[in-house]
Amino acid sequence: MLKQRHLLGLEGYPAEDIQTIIDTAFGFREVLDRPIKKVPSLQGKTIVNLFYENSTRTRISFELAQKRLSADTVNFSASTSSLKKGESFKDTAQNIEAMKIDAIVMRHPSPGASLHMTKHVDAIVINAGDGTHEHPTQAILDMMSIQEKFGKIKGLKIGIIGDISHSRVALSNIHGLIAMGAEVTLCGPPTLIPPNIEALGVNVSYNVDEVLDWADAVNVLRIQMERMGIGLFPSIREYRNLFGITAERLQNHEKEIVIMHPGPMNRGTEIDSSVADSKNAIILDQVLNGVASRMAILYLLLGGKHLEV
Amino acid sequence: MNVTKQPKTLVLKGGTIVDPLTKNSYSGDVLIKDGKIAGVGKVKTDKSATVIDCSGKIVTHGFCDIHVHFREPGREDKETLATGSRAAIAGGFTRVCVMPNTTPPLDSPETIRYTVEKAENLPVYVHPIGAVTKGQKGKELTEMAAMKREGAIAFSDDGVPISDATVMRLALDYGKMVGAPVINHSEDVGLRNDGLMNEGAFSTKLGLPGNPDIAESTMVNRDIEIAKIAGSNLHIPHTSTQKSVEHIRRMKKQNIHITAEVAPHHLYFTDADLVTYDTNLKVAPPVRSADDKKALIAGLKDGTIDCIATDHAPHTIEDKEKTFDLAPFGMIGLESCFGAVNKVLVKDSGWDVESLISAMTVNPRRIMGFETDLFSIGTKAEITVLDTTIEWRFTEEDIYSRSKNSPYVGRTLVGKPQVTLSKGMMAEIG
Repeated sequence: MLKQRHLLGLEGYPAEDIQTIIDTAFGFREVLDRPIKKVPSLQGKTIVNLFYENSTRTRISFELAQKRLSADTVNFSASTSSLKKGESFKDTAQNIEAMKIDAIVMRHPSPGASLHMTKHVDAIVINAGDGTHEHPTQAILDMMSIQEKFGKIKGLKIGIIGDISHSRVALSNIHGLIAMGAEVTLCGPPTLIPPNIEALGVNVSYNVDEVLDWADAVNVLRIQMERMGIGLFPSIREYRNLFGITAERLQNHEKEIVIMHPGPMNRGTEIDSSVADSKNAIILDQVLNGVASRMAILYLLLGGKHLEV
Repeated sequence: MNVTKQPKTLVLKGGTIVDPLTKNSYSGDVLIKDGKIAGVGKVKTDKSATVIDCSGKIVTHGFCDIHVHFREPGREDKETLATGSRAAIAGGFTRVCVMPNTTPPLDSPETIRYTVEKAENLPVYVHPIGAVTKGQKGKELTEMAAMKREGAIAFSDDGVPISDATVMRLALDYGKMVGAPVINHSEDVGLRNDGLMNEGAFSTKLGLPGNPDIAESTMVNRDIEIAKIAGSNLHIPHTSTQKSVEHIRRMKKQNIHITAEVAPHHLYFTDADLVTYDTNLKVAPPVRSADDKKALIAGLKDGTIDCIATDHAPHTIEDKEKTFDLAPFGMIGLESCFGAVNKVLVKDSGWDVESLISAMTVNPRRIMGFETDLFSIGTKAEITVLDTTIEWRFTEEDIYSRSKNSPYVGRTLVGKPQVTLSKGMMAEIG
């Protein structure tokens, strides 16, 4: 069983528990290849997907994971529920709690929101992204995909390219990868690298070619156009020239580099279509592993009785 | 806490009298008759006198807090002049200056008079600070002279900075004629950006937008440069960074007349304490790094920073229960002040308690031009009796403010006011 009751973030999360989740997830991967992709592990458990922010892939991935484990699920999303009517965070939390649910999968625009939720409810809380803080399940599926590709995580060199400042994916990846013994180099314009990030044990580079030379795999982050308007980077052209993972750029590097992307991609901006679709890209494996990882996390946290794989 | 009318004849017996004005400390009694000092040291008493045993305690001037928010008029659900005064007297304060960022703001002689009249019968002295600009919009100066006549003790747009340097210059020029300090909430709005906590490794880890130290220090530097040519009284509120301390120290060495305060929470907490996302620790300016905290303590000790002021800022529980990004800035601080600063400065940092008392009594009174000779015969008694060694757990029961937004709840503080005498009233805090 896992040491922490909730999954709020990977900062300080025990490496052995990350490994347990990944190992369990590989077991569930096998379930997903079966003709009948369903096990009864969480029968009778009720899980609420509480999404204060729009999300397509993360919510669907969680929902699928829950269905494959035979849990009952309810979806709350900001656009359709009382959340939009200005109900306070506390009231929403207490109402959901009163409905006797076992776990909350939560996405919220405010950093620390999932920790905040644990103070109001007894249910298990799984952070599906809290503002610019953490997105632990994404990092776990990324690490699972790395392990699938390389057979290990320890000792690998991983580059994370793009807008680090506004990325919960980056922060969770950093904590997780460092805990698992990988080396991490961040690369992006200085305006999108958060202050004192070196304190987390990572390297910082502004030269993407250097990082490509060094790395075994790079995780390419989505660049958000709205950052451009406030001067954090000048133009798409400039960004693409300096940091875009283009086919030409990769041709200049002899060795093979594994390409990852948490999605959704801006093809032609931070990553070329041909790169995203190349044999070195494991972007769709990440999606599949996302379902398996979330099954493992739900299974381990909700104390599924028997792993029938 | 029990607040009653002072007995006709009262003796504070057998304590250590600390006079922060003369810097003398000696054992003795203080005799108060009809609310006025009637004897200090060896005093003659008759049998009808009420005696309070002060052995083992310090008897000193009542504390003076030149920076509080009492929210009246407009947000009486958070605090009123009356509830804020109870919080003050519970913290050993006999005199407070209320900031004008109310609704409407105190930006006219009429609103100043309203505050003065409303506070007349409260157990502590309440002095309004007037707004520098109309509506606190940072554009046009208020009628500072008329406001001063009605009782405005200083001028500030606190809560929002005066961003336009020309307006700041005009305010300091005009303030010189009016003869009142000008206080600017120093924070460069551009550099602060959408910062919610101190910028550094912790803001990065927590995913919260950072407010860099230079957002404060560049504006502090701007303001003291302007004050230097204007030759007027600039007071710098809630100094929070090492860089600001360095700017102030440099200017004071050139004998430029500026004064500065520091808030208890900037001495007590650091940005590392925000790992719980406690919204009660969300303040403006934010609690800073451990190095900043060290520099603030050193600045107080060497006189760069003149005084301690709480920046008591009440907010409702509904407001503070929000997520971190949406919760308002500010914490209350009157009731916990002495226990917090005495712990950090005296117990943990080896400062002498007499100097700490000066930073809470005679120094802030000097900045605002209040009477400082509080032990002279005939003075209306403003006295605080302190237990400086008691270790106690601060709880919600200790809060008299209408709001409970204190990050000190559950923490052990050192030292506590026991009795406060003010405006003919006596608070026994217990």
